[in-house]
Amino acid sequence: MGGSVGAVAGSEWRCLTVRGRVRGAAAEELGAQARLLGVPGVTRIERASLVFLRHGPRVDADGLVGTVLTDPLLHDASWDRSEEVEGGRVVETVLHAGVTDPVAQAVARGARLVGVTERLDVATGSRYEVYGNVSEADLDRLITRLLANPVVEHAARGRIEPHEAVGDSSGDVEPVTLTGLDDAGLDALSRRRGLALDPAELLAVQAHFAGVGREPTDVELEVLAQTWSEHCAHKTFRATLSWADGTPIPPLLRQLRDTTDAIAAPWVRSAFVDNAGIVAFDDRLDLAIKAETHNHPSAVEPFGGANTGVGGVLRDVLGVSAKPIAATDVLCFGPPDTDPATLPTGVLHPRRIRDGVIAGVADYGNKLGVPTVAGAIAYDPAYTANPLVFCGCVGVLPTGSHRSTPEVGDRVVVIGGRTGRDGIRGATFSSMTMDATTGEVAGASVQIGDPIVEKGVLDVVLAARDAGLYNAITDCGAGGLSSAVGEMAAVLGADVELDLVPRKYPGLAPWEAWLSEAQERMVLAVPGDRIGALRDVCDRYEVELADIGEFTGDRRLVVRNAGTPVVDLDVGFLHDGRPARRMTAARPTVPAAHGTRSVADPGGALLALLAHVNLRSNQDVVIGYDHEVLGGTVVRPYGGAAGDGPVDASVLAPGGGPEAAAIGIGVNTRYGALAAGRMAWSVVDEAIRNVVAVGADPDRIALLDNFSWGDPRRPETLGQLVQAVEGCCAAARAHGAPYVSGKDSLNNEYLGDDGLRHAIPPTLVIHALGIVPDLRQTVTSDAKAVGDVIFLVGRTLDELRGSHLDLVLGIDADGSVPGPDHDSPARYRRLHAAMRSGLVRAAHDLSEGGLAVAAAEMAIGGRLGLDLRIDGDPVVSLFSESNGRLLVEVAPDDAEGFVTAMGGDALRLGTVTAEPTLRVATAGPTIELPVADLVRAFAGHVPGVSA
Amino acid sequence: MSASRLPAVVIAAPGTNRDGDVAAALDAAGAAARIVTLAELRDEPKALDAARLVVVAGGFSFADALGSGKLFALELADILGEGVAALLAAGRPVLGICNGFQTLVRLGLLPGGAGPNVLAPNDSGRFECRWVTLAVPAAGRCVWTTGLDEPLACPVAHGEGRFHAPTDVVDRLEASGQVALRYSGEDGAPAGGGYPANPNGSANDIAGICDPTGLVLGLMPHPENHIHDWQHPRFHRGDRRGGCLPLFRNGVRHAAAS
Repeated sequence: MGGSVGAVAGSEWRCLTVRGRVRGAAAEELGAQARLLGVPGVTRIERASLVFLRHGPRVDADGLVGTVLTDPLLHDASWDRSEEVEGGRVVETVLHAGVTDPVAQAVARGARLVGVTERLDVATGSRYEVYGNVSEADLDRLITRLLANPVVEHAARGRIEPHEAVGDSSGDVEPVTLTGLDDAGLDALSRRRGLALDPAELLAVQAHFAGVGREPTDVELEVLAQTWSEHCAHKTFRATLSWADGTPIPPLLRQLRDTTDAIAAPWVRSAFVDNAGIVAFDDRLDLAIKAETHNHPSAVEPFGGANTGVGGVLRDVLGVSAKPIAATDVLCFGPPDTDPATLPTGVLHPRRIRDGVIAGVADYGNKLGVPTVAGAIAYDPAYTANPLVFCGCVGVLPTGSHRSTPEVGDRVVVIGGRTGRDGIRGATFSSMTMDATTGEVAGASVQIGDPIVEKGVLDVVLAARDAGLYNAITDCGAGGLSSAVGEMAAVLGADVELDLVPRKYPGLAPWEAWLSEAQERMVLAVPGDRIGALRDVCDRYEVELADIGEFTGDRRLVVRNAGTPVVDLDVGFLHDGRPARRMTAARPTVPAAHGTRSVADPGGALLALLAHVNLRSNQDVVIGYDHEVLGGTVVRPYGGAAGDGPVDASVLAPGGGPEAAAIGIGVNTRYGALAAGRMAWSVVDEAIRNVVAVGADPDRIALLDNFSWGDPRRPETLGQLVQAVEGCCAAARAHGAPYVSGKDSLNNEYLGDDGLRHAIPPTLVIHALGIVPDLRQTVTSDAKAVGDVIFLVGRTLDELRGSHLDLVLGIDADGSVPGPDHDSPARYRRLHAAMRSGLVRAAHDLSEGGLAVAAAEMAIGGRLGLDLRIDGDPVVSLFSESNGRLLVEVAPDDAEGFVTAMGGDALRLGTVTAEPTLRVATAGPTIELPVADLVRAFAGHVPGVSA
Repeated sequence: MSASRLPAVVIAAPGTNRDGDVAAALDAAGAAARIVTLAELRDEPKALDAARLVVVAGGFSFADALGSGKLFALELADILGEGVAALLAAGRPVLGICNGFQTLVRLGLLPGGAGPNVLAPNDSGRFECRWVTLAVPAAGRCVWTTGLDEPLACPVAHGEGRFHAPTDVVDRLEASGQVALRYSGEDGAPAGGGYPANPNGSANDIAGICDPTGLVLGLMPHPENHIHDWQHPRFHRGDRRGGCLPLFRNGVRHAAAS
């Protein structure tokens, strides 16, 4: 939305071109991106900002230049700009009308502050001057793939003007004829209207309205499509399942919930029923946790997709009345060096997706003021067309402060951002397979975030919570008001008036206003006598409030447009009327192995592992995330003597101690296609192991599951999902760690114009949230003191199938994927007791790359040497990725006590040395590498690989 | 809140996000901090009158649209009018951190005398969050930093914090003791422009400056995020140096005495 003081008609736009006075790096980077996209002739691309003003005769636009629009230290500004430039090509872009434009809003606000009272319209854009040898076709490619995103921007060659037309949608509501349609007719209707409902579901709708005695309105059909979408209804996770031979499989969601019920942890306050899970923290606070995916939006518009992914999960946590205190991001991309010529039509280059996603994550968390403290990045060609973006959030709330039951007569109140045409049909979009046209047709599905508005909403919600101003709250996410109000009214029913919903601009059809996924909105159930108090809180934080209706108690969802009902649905049918899906799973086939595992130079293999893009340090990314804001960070993503050693889990002290919260992540993108059940067990064990390594109590760990999968209607894909859920449940029961929330994102597939389906590997992300009893006993992974003893705890098996060793060797040799270690739960409890007794100086989890990588990382963190000796097959001992293992550093005087504390499950490997060399002697070749070489490799400087 | 606690106000705009952090730091230093939003200040400009100490907190006010701190400063100038000068009149210590520093610069309170803007985008061209060490120049006149004999350790988290001014302006600030904090090595020796000890390319390693009275301090780093020893990244290696509570105690003590 552009900024405006009043409305201006008739006068001309003027445009100020603003150029940064510091040039160079940005222009080089854009040029490099252009060359990466297969336009080698580009030498550089200069970018300038455009500010368009349209105003009456008495506005002194020149006067605004110095006071509001530019800074002489930083900018050169000019009212003139050329249609062409010497030796280059000009491309200009402007935002589509209706796209949130905070800069334009700020210009309008600033102009008012310096005394402009007359009408003033503002819009912004960008100008690119592309230098070098660039053909017409090249320029087209740059415009569509680099300079402009058609989802939010218009582009033109030469000068552009602001885009103004906001097409009016018809305000009419029309009945849709279902009566008489057969399966084929219903299917055609679903496709035509983009409903993503299957014939069985539409038959249920048809039967329901036949019973009511009328046809549904188009709005009602849209509401049902959203509520019943895979994204909102989790049809696969609730489906009736069986194996191909008829053996029944319990519904997946029930398996996960049964696991939590069986564990019956007394500290779980709320699991699966609300926007986020809630667990007890200390004697006055609870913690909330939630993770979401934003995969499809990030594929189409990486910055906006990831940006609103963060914004959405923060609102989930706010939706249980908790203050967000930490954000996480787990990202899966195609390789950054992918040849552009190999990209399927319509797919953005992985590097552009990566850079946009990372910038989007950083922008939202940094601006809103929530530390981004944990995450992972994995690269694999299978993610090229289907990048994955998992965004997590932990929040804190006073025990018992979340109210979640609306009462009859409560007002339906919307606070935060205005509603526009952004994010229409996002939930159904997220539930579909993508293809070459997705970027265009799904344009309206992508939202643009405004973290400053959300910060205001956050402040309002927390103040309103503390003042007891609402009876229930939920966030407006997928499905917009339709989902939010629909869920809150699931028991009572509600009657709302769309005319009262604040709009960004006129012309929205009723269904658009009801279903828009415009960001930064929350819905509250507010007793009528507290509306005034809530309005005062909103005024304090400059947040908009709209009272749009009431919770009625008649169990009907009634939505009116200018008084006339456009939706009148029984809430029982809306939420429970969907027929359960029946699906059949098949045992997955295991891909054939190839290659032979042989390592002549384990030191070279170790350096190659450390430098591999999936294992190397992501500190360059993390530096761009604010991991310190709120002042609660005890352990940050990198630490140790030089601040560049990896940690196993981040630790936060939201209450200032002594209790702290540890956040660990488990993910493995390589095991799933080989053995989905083992993958799940491994990932759960890894997440738990990570938080145990920093000092979390194994009896106080809660889990979150996030599944990103391909199309489950393919029986083998569903079979992998079933195995993964079973592995998740088995591992959680073994550890006594309950799931408190979860989310699935299915249909992560891309139908290429070559007719091939590009599916992702089965990808499970597990968040572990553990309680560290005393932040002063937090343990980190960096080696601490010369002479300390290094122990290995846990057993090492020949489990190298899918290993990262194979990845750097370029093979997929036969063998076992790491399987369950049923002793690990007891081992972690003994290790924790040893930590509480002060016996542990450092601990580091063994996962990708096995013992060799873990030892190297301890040396890097401490800038100290390790002198170790291991027996057995050298390749297995060094590189196997068996579960349940950690390296532990113990002071020499405590060594005996530690072995006793571990019940003998501690193998003495060697000591920490002053000489900064990692030495690992084996039955075969010895690794002997200077720590400086390890540091360089871990920073991504790839040495000559001689494995 | 005890009656003997010094009343302090933390000003927050839409997008300010370290207001709570600095209020907690002030409370730990013996003040009773109240967060006042711009909207509240517009309703009640006299909210500042009772404050013996004022902080403009960090964050992304107005999303940095138009340049960091610009709209925040325009708002404050509009709300306070002549009162901007009165902020300083009562011998009241004023602190601007990060975006608050940028705001005080835009308001003309720093370096003082309605000087030009002095904060530019980082040399690295990007937002960076990392821990830095800050040395206190011996010749400083700033009430917030005078007497701090140990270097401070705390994080920076900004994209536009490079101190940048014509040589004569820098020389004048140095000569008049207005350089209050300098990026340094852990031993307290100036960073000498070396990255990342000097995280943004600031001239003369300048991390914070005060106005000619010494009452108004602006700095890019976040001392409010190192109040407890466990916040230090090497706490687990036994490092207990560089806590920033003394800086806030200095401000509170000076306010209480004046």
